[in-house]
Amino acid sequence: MNKREETLIPKIGVITDVRIDTPDIKTFRVVTPDGKKAFDHQPGQCAMLSVPGVGEAMFSITSSPTNEEYMEFSIKKCGCVTDWLHQAEVGQQITIRGPYGKPFPVDDVFAGKNLLFIAGGVGLAPLRSVINYCRHYRDRYGEIDIVYGSRSKDDLLDYKEIIDEWATDAGVNVHLTIDNPQEGWDGHVGFVPNFVKELGFDTNKTAIICGPPIMIKFTLEGLTELGFDKTQVYTTLELRMKCGVGKCGRCNVGAKYVCKDGPVFRCDELDELPDEY
Amino acid sequence: MRKCSLDKIYSVFEEIAKTAKLYVPLDEKDGNAVYKQWEDGLEWSDALNTVRSPKDFFFPQMENLMEFKTEGKNIEVIDTRCETEDFVIFGVRACDVKSFEILDRVFLNEPVDSYYASRREKGVIVSTACSKPAETCFCKTFGISPEEPRGDVSTWKTESEIFFKANTEKGEALLRKIEAFTEECDETSVDEQKEKISRVMDRLPLKELSTDSFGGGKTDEFFNHPAWDELSEACLGCGTCTFVCPTCQCYDIKDFNTGKGIIRFRCWDSCMYSDFTKMAHGNNRLTQKERFRQRFMHKLVYYPENNDGLFSCVGCGRCLAKCPVSMNIVKVMKKIGGEQSE
Amino acid sequence: MQKITQNQLIDKAVSLLADGTVSAVLGWSKGEFGYDVTPKMFKTEKELRQDFVWNDFCGANFSKYLVSKTDRFDGKILVFLKPCDTYSFNQLLTEHRFDREKVYAVGIPCDGMVDVSKLKAVTGEGISEIKETSENILVSTIYEDKAIAVSFKDVLLERCINCKSKKHVAYDELMGDEGEIIDSARFDEVAKIEAMTPDERFAFWQNELSRCIRCNACRDACPACTCEKCVFDNPASGVENKAPANSFEEKMFHIIRAYHVAGRCTDCGECSRVCPQNIPLHLLNRKFIKDINEFYGEYQAGAEVGSRAPLVDYTTEDLEPGEVFDRRDIDA
Repeated sequence: MNKREETLIPKIGVITDVRIDTPDIKTFRVVTPDGKKAFDHQPGQCAMLSVPGVGEAMFSITSSPTNEEYMEFSIKKCGCVTDWLHQAEVGQQITIRGPYGKPFPVDDVFAGKNLLFIAGGVGLAPLRSVINYCRHYRDRYGEIDIVYGSRSKDDLLDYKEIIDEWATDAGVNVHLTIDNPQEGWDGHVGFVPNFVKELGFDTNKTAIICGPPIMIKFTLEGLTELGFDKTQVYTTLELRMKCGVGKCGRCNVGAKYVCKDGPVFRCDELDELPDEY
Repeated sequence: MRKCSLDKIYSVFEEIAKTAKLYVPLDEKDGNAVYKQWEDGLEWSDALNTVRSPKDFFFPQMENLMEFKTEGKNIEVIDTRCETEDFVIFGVRACDVKSFEILDRVFLNEPVDSYYASRREKGVIVSTACSKPAETCFCKTFGISPEEPRGDVSTWKTESEIFFKANTEKGEALLRKIEAFTEECDETSVDEQKEKISRVMDRLPLKELSTDSFGGGKTDEFFNHPAWDELSEACLGCGTCTFVCPTCQCYDIKDFNTGKGIIRFRCWDSCMYSDFTKMAHGNNRLTQKERFRQRFMHKLVYYPENNDGLFSCVGCGRCLAKCPVSMNIVKVMKKIGGEQSE
Repeated sequence: MQKITQNQLIDKAVSLLADGTVSAVLGWSKGEFGYDVTPKMFKTEKELRQDFVWNDFCGANFSKYLVSKTDRFDGKILVFLKPCDTYSFNQLLTEHRFDREKVYAVGIPCDGMVDVSKLKAVTGEGISEIKETSENILVSTIYEDKAIAVSFKDVLLERCINCKSKKHVAYDELMGDEGEIIDSARFDEVAKIEAMTPDERFAFWQNELSRCIRCNACRDACPACTCEKCVFDNPASGVENKAPANSFEEKMFHIIRAYHVAGRCTDCGECSRVCPQNIPLHLLNRKFIKDINEFYGEYQAGAEVGSRAPLVDYTTEDLEPGEVFDRRDIDA
């Protein structure tokens, strides 16, 4: 028997709660069979979840590291593994391994800064971990702004948490938008990049963006127009991953492996990568 | 340095095979040489090299990683790893020995790949100096010396004798095991042999090929080079180059339902394949040009950037010999590396 | 040695480029050692004069390239076709895989192409120069003082030894004769395998196919394999795989592929030419061709554009499945 540790061999995770967030996103709560958190992580890190026989895929850990009881994953239905997970019921076991990737620099770079979170659609999932971490250690950070948009009101992830918890926090400003007008919505209507420009943020902030590639691209352009430097902006990437530890070669872009050297990148670091992510 | 007469080599093989699995390049009926487990009566091939590289011994084309049993909502993970038996690979060429170092930097880097590591620990590498390199050889380009192949034991073959030199403790142990068949000798014959090889190396057509233009930090310089279109236009998108390459190490992990359980296995993958980077919602390399470029950029720029300037090519020439359209790293280096590479 | 010279082809290409008939030329470009030619799209006279090559190593069948090249290139493309390539050309037209209007096909005679591994079996490694005379190939190596003369006929590719036709079945222009269909012995090897007992036959294929490394070169070079998305590349198919999952799986890949191209395979031999493991894959396809000929009458895929292949053309005279079964019993 080979007694070495092997990262590719996963642990068992049990789904203890399934929350329907939007028509195509569910949030799964996962613990080990003995009811503990599978492993510690830092904000922005990911885990490999798998359904044996179906496949394995990388997901960002949505819950905050400060939650010591369980992990949460907000998962959009868009492929084999996610389709299967969306069918899963409470009590279903899956496998889990991690944590993988470089986290957001919450304890050094972000400390003492005003933070501007900008998310589109399911892109809020990786940021939720950071937002809740920063809310937990509220006094370590300056003002927090959260700009979040989705296709419709029904597609806004974590809506209840945003309204009931985030929006009521002191020093946290929440700005929501949806793509098209909708009955029962009296908030802002329009795409996230434009909304960011309309809101016209001061450049004394560190921005953290996550969303579809096109949204990231235009938001970054908008921030640059507002006077932000790329070194003030962080984002998180998603590419095909298999091993999670920088060996299998799939997520290799330039000299970086997104699973190991990312998924969190500062936007000026992205400029050094060839344009194929 | 020790030596024995070549006609005793099969006695040496027999002795080694008593305590370890011994793999030696053997000639196949189709004319290709292949590493196979040696047994009495089989003849060590004279071929320059095997079509499949010896990377298979440490990173096999397909291997089971673990098993799962599922029952209702429950899953059991079964660690199927077992201890590798001792084995010896005999007759490895200098280029292929170097390829292990390149693979080590991937698989033995933290977190260590335990599957690879356990084979690497149990394997003893006996190299053999090349006496007749092919026109497709360009190991010198990567600073490899076919006169002085590395590995746990180095060997040199002359018309009538074979010389052994241990380079590691593992190698010394192996030489002790075959001590009865060998005798102590000086290095005169080996030095002569080395000189002979050097003279041949100087006549190889690719001897001038240089890596000077390449290396880490050159992404901007080469990524948008206009020649990628032309270089990749004939590429069929098959995986021949990656699969015969001793340093290509990308892999896929997949599940296979046997009906009795689920096996999670890994297998070689190729960046040349259209689905290599395909995700549920997109693919970041849609054209063959992008996939083709990735392979060479990885070997000549990205890998050296992460590995102290070491290139991920050993000049073995397998891709030169086997690409169905004869497009290969040499043509790429000459085209985009400019005069410095020729 | 080829009847037509490299310079004749270059002159032809240059003149067709100059008079505007075509705007690109699909040809072979020079390699490092004389035998390692690479397909290339030539756009200028300078490129043609510098790099275009025509010699005994121009085996690559360009027909399949026309599918992607005509799709991505706006102008008309000149393609040089050897007789066997013209069958693939027609077959692809039958399957509507490229726009005939975008191609100017020049038929060129072929005396057979050389198998580099057979050549090296005679000369050894270390080739530094190759010259061609009418009967021989003169190979200089770094190990011999004098060039080694190898008889051209002794080192031909298998498909050329058993060449089925020197006839051009498709062209806009011919350089040289139209050529004749020839009586080949190409089914002899198939007959030998048919004569084996089932156990021997199984062992034969097991030995051959167990060497497969699933590089997919056979499929990717095959002019009959032009599916936009191959089932073996589709992760959603459930059979997508890059490695033989077990000893049976690899046979399945080749057998499924042979079935898929049955009736459409022109027997161009590219599959065996490109196989890095020297697996005689063409024998699987030839078995299908032989059977189709015996069951439905002689049929050559690609002999003409638009022909109805027996397997997709029902007639009342068609063989009943039972007859095939009975025949199998007689064979065994």
